[in-house]
Amino acid sequence: MPSSSGATAAVIAAAVRKYRDIPGGLLPLLHEIQSVVGFVPKDHVVDIASGMGLSRAEVHGVISFYHDFHYRSKGQKTIHLCRAEACQAMGSRELEDHVKTRLGVDFGETTQDGRFSLEPVYCLGNCACPPSIRIGDDVYARVDAGRFDEILDGT
Amino acid sequence: MVRVFVPTDTTACALGADAVAAEIAQQVQDMRLDVEIIRNGSRGAFWLEPLVEVESGEGRHAYGPVDPLDVAGMFEAGFPGSCEHPLFLGKVSDIEWLVRQDRLTFARAGLIDPLNLDDYRQQGGYDGLLRVLDMSPADIVEEVTGSGLRGRGGAAFPTGIKWRTVLNAPSDQKYVTANADEGDSGTFADRLLMEADPFQLIEGMTICAMAVGASEGYIYLRSEYPRARGVMQKAIETAKAAGLLGSDILGSGRDFNIHIRLGAGAYICGEETSMLESLEGKRGLVRFKPPLPAIEGLFGKPTVVNNVLTLAAVTTVLAKGAAYYRDYGSGRSRGTLSVQLAGNVRRGGLVEVPFGASLRQLVEGFGGGTASGRPVRAIQVGGPLGAYLPESQWDTPLDYEAFAAVGAMLGHGGIVVFDDSVDMLKQARFAMEFCAVESCGKCTPCRIGSVRGVELIDKIGRNENRLVSLGLLEDLCETMEAGSLCAMGGLTPMPVRSAVQYFPQDFERRIESSLDG
Repeated sequence: MPSSSGATAAVIAAAVRKYRDIPGGLLPLLHEIQSVVGFVPKDHVVDIASGMGLSRAEVHGVISFYHDFHYRSKGQKTIHLCRAEACQAMGSRELEDHVKTRLGVDFGETTQDGRFSLEPVYCLGNCACPPSIRIGDDVYARVDAGRFDEILDGT
Repeated sequence: MVRVFVPTDTTACALGADAVAAEIAQQVQDMRLDVEIIRNGSRGAFWLEPLVEVESGEGRHAYGPVDPLDVAGMFEAGFPGSCEHPLFLGKVSDIEWLVRQDRLTFARAGLIDPLNLDDYRQQGGYDGLLRVLDMSPADIVEEVTGSGLRGRGGAAFPTGIKWRTVLNAPSDQKYVTANADEGDSGTFADRLLMEADPFQLIEGMTICAMAVGASEGYIYLRSEYPRARGVMQKAIETAKAAGLLGSDILGSGRDFNIHIRLGAGAYICGEETSMLESLEGKRGLVRFKPPLPAIEGLFGKPTVVNNVLTLAAVTTVLAKGAAYYRDYGSGRSRGTLSVQLAGNVRRGGLVEVPFGASLRQLVEGFGGGTASGRPVRAIQVGGPLGAYLPESQWDTPLDYEAFAAVGAMLGHGGIVVFDDSVDMLKQARFAMEFCAVESCGKCTPCRIGSVRGVELIDKIGRNENRLVSLGLLEDLCETMEAGSLCAMGGLTPMPVRSAVQYFPQDFERRIESSLDG
């Protein structure tokens, strides 16, 4: 994660150069900024907008529409917990209660030590072996309370 | 040299396949064995994953489900040579759950190394494209029309008619887009295909491009599928290097490029016009139709929008002919349906069968009942916008028209099983809640109706004006169904109404009301 605002500006300028001539380039640009910086810096929406030839409202509109994009920094790792039907059928509601209690946070929040953010997700495509969670790019299957604690302790 | 196969599929890895592969590699190294480990895709028998296979003179033998901790014991028993071990399943070709399927689209899944182009071609891959090179665009479209293939994303629109519209739309630029925003809970067939047999999607898109005259293609892939993204990206590069994508494909003088675009966690972007907006870099607001995307689609140009499985099925149609594909199926639903058995089911996974099998055959025959061992109570078919069906409806054949006739839909083929502990009022509430979270917000019945729906169901749960609230809920469902712009608001009433209709006892006066979830 770039430490200074100058470094952030450089990341954004590079991303704009890369995507400004690509048709529909705003989503890939935002994904790239977020993967490097960790979030979309709100102060730089104006730079993204002018670089991409869009209005600030258009850029903010896209950031606020999609669940993946966010202005605030997150924990070191984000835990995505599936809330959809296939997981419900195998006890994800109970898992959700356990996870929130164990981490001491609700959805959209980050643990006090800054290690984990918790986000809901609606389907990870692992529906034959639910409940499912995702940490980073790793998906875990058949996660009950005990298994969740094991995973957390090993992370 | 012995070849051992360990899947790289998301579900297999979620169950420990990477660790199993690493453990096997360690044992092989320690014992100095002459073994090659191949990371294949999954066959979709997720109840047996991680499913480890060993190739021998007489076909492939399987072990599963293998925990990393089982590996040392397997080697002690003689693995990878023939051995007696509790996890030994015999020949893969004798596993009844797989043998009883009719695999057209998923024939190669799990059989091959997903990124080995030679494997793909040896197993019939690119036969369709090779045939297409000598055909006129109109003849290609005619072949697809003749197969009876209908869109597998859920809307079941005849694919050939869509292609013909794009073919006949005059334009300097046309697009082929693959909808890989597989957001329905209970579905994973697109993901499985992309991770197990990515060249099939590339070939299908290329055939489509040849048919309609497109030079650019996009795969709109949901961000929740990082593994599929990695496999697809490498497959595209491999195809390009082999002259199967890019300029002058196989010397045909035709160009076609495929780009992957990642979604950003919005369910609505699986709706085709919302997907096009998102591909254009905008908020995924649903568009009015007409104009149809086939006339004015991506960047205002004629565009084919097809589901991953539709484009994949096209390779079979072109390789083996329209009649071959059409001979499978029932009524007006031709070919095979890729059913995804999910939720509380003992033997979950991908079951590809001709249209016409009953829900009961799938859930009891293939699925083996619930994972919990309790009785099945409700089955939701077709994703979060699909109906919850009670036992009285389980003999309905899996066929688009037969499902519509009972107020349900097949959708993308997801089947989610619930046991008798399910609270159908909570499920109805979730349907409304999900719509409230995921509505694009463009039209009022969906944006506001879903919020009101949650409130009404909460009232019913609290015994507050229960009968009046139930009446209002039905009114609301009618308004959402008739007044919404797209299927999100228009179909959210389906799970809600089916829950009320088929499971009325869950909406009667409740002793304790626990509605927090």
